[in-house]
Amino acid sequence: MSFDNLDTLYRQVIMDHYKKPRNKGMLEDGSMTIDMNNPTCGDRIRLTMKIEDGIVRDVKFDGDGCSISMSSASMMTQAIKGKDVDTALAMSETFSLMIQGKEYDDEMDLGDIEALQGVSKFPARIKCATLAWKAMEKGLKE
Amino acid sequence: MNPYEIRKLFPILDQEVNGQPLVYLDSAATSQKPAVVIEAMEQYYRGYNSNVHRGVHTLGTKATDAYEGAREKVRKFINASSTEEIIFTRGTTTSLNTVARSYGGAHVKEGDEIVISYMEHHSNIIPWQQLAKEKGAVLKYIPLQEDGTISLDDVRATITDATKIVSIMQVSNVLGVINPVKEIAKIAHEHDAVMVVDGAQSSPHLKVDVRDLDCDFFAFSGHKMVGPTGIGVLYGKKNLLEKMEPIEFGGEMIDFVGLQESTWKELPWKFEGGTPIIAGAIGLGAAIDFLEEIGLDHIERHEHKLASYAIEKMSAVEGLTIYGPKDGEKRAGVVTFNINDVHPHDVATVLDADGIAVRAGHHCAQPLMKWLDVSSTARASFYLYNTEEDIDKLVSGLVKTKEYFSNVF
Repeated sequence: MSFDNLDTLYRQVIMDHYKKPRNKGMLEDGSMTIDMNNPTCGDRIRLTMKIEDGIVRDVKFDGDGCSISMSSASMMTQAIKGKDVDTALAMSETFSLMIQGKEYDDEMDLGDIEALQGVSKFPARIKCATLAWKAMEKGLKE
Repeated sequence: MNPYEIRKLFPILDQEVNGQPLVYLDSAATSQKPAVVIEAMEQYYRGYNSNVHRGVHTLGTKATDAYEGAREKVRKFINASSTEEIIFTRGTTTSLNTVARSYGGAHVKEGDEIVISYMEHHSNIIPWQQLAKEKGAVLKYIPLQEDGTISLDDVRATITDATKIVSIMQVSNVLGVINPVKEIAKIAHEHDAVMVVDGAQSSPHLKVDVRDLDCDFFAFSGHKMVGPTGIGVLYGKKNLLEKMEPIEFGGEMIDFVGLQESTWKELPWKFEGGTPIIAGAIGLGAAIDFLEEIGLDHIERHEHKLASYAIEKMSAVEGLTIYGPKDGEKRAGVVTFNINDVHPHDVATVLDADGIAVRAGHHCAQPLMKWLDVSSTARASFYLYNTEEDIDKLVSGLVKTKEYFSNVF
């Protein structure tokens, strides 16, 4: 078996977030809670966010899922913490384009998240990667 | 029976996936189709495509003969008394919904009980859940034994005189267990309840005899038994079907239509509103011919052998958990498992890179996943075209999966 192709999916940084998730857990009261799951595979996420003055002051996630969904959640929380709501939503849009293999604005610094670019080559796994982002979008748009 | 010879009859199996020969281990989701099934449908569309039960013309007669001929093949296949008891549907889900809405709608009242088990597929849970909610009835679950089997003591303890419907799968799509539906039907009848059998996973793999089982309804799908998608069957005892109302109304199912009132055709057509699934039924008929030529008893034995072999080889992989009974003789060709520290989606992706197709997820059985205390699992399922060599490739793929995941960290 050639693992070359797999290596574009399971990048070191993804595995690092999977094994050592950042911002794992739940925020205490005063924050919003969004539950979301992927009904086709059973992955689920609970996202808690604290928004003050249009800024994502704090964010944590809890959930259960594969390496792609959980690492994506970890990276997402890291990326949006401290950002204003509009920037977080813009990042989500850029992420969505990137993960589908479409052209995206590479001026925007996505940091570790760019490691997930390889997911676009595995159409069956795109929904894994977008779960946490959809939860975040839902929360911020409410 | 020689699976290597059988494989050659399935055109799709002769291909490479991701540069590797395809190893298809997802037949419990849908089986592959032999050339004879594909050709039977093609012949219909190329040679005698026509609507049934209407035309006076030659093609219409040919199409009607083929469609009704397929019904007779189904009748023989499950040993029903009459073709009046064989209703073509879109699949198991539609068949079960028909029973829930038509029979259940008329017979289940507030406070009545409907009994299913913890291992049911969503299609044998939700129609009953909806019915129970609508009627104010109680939906009860037969618990499972440690090894995932159903004990008749638990069945006796769950079914009461308030039970109106018992609905159980004959073979589990997750655990592979074969349930004692004949004995369960007997207990249901002692309490004057009707017995519904979900045969989606049994009809492809073992000889079904609805008269021997003495079930009142039996539901199954064509696509899991080398037939096409979009066609399924609802068997029902004639005395029950006769009293039941159709749930779909329109063309094809009517006798006389007045401005305010209409009457229905006789059985089975009153349940087949609209132009039926003609090509699908013809394809299912060809699938039945194909399976019967090989012999369901041979297929069943082959699967027990593969299940036993798979359990033995997979158990040797360190950190691998197999769900359900460990005795291959007690199960159909389904092995559901997890590997420590590797999520089943990741297992499926790595195996796919090796050309091996398995399923990962909750397998449309969330209550069972809860009972197993897992959020998802990986599943390898076998059919008549699989070989021990396929299982060897799976096992070596699993070993490589473990190695890959311990290396990338």
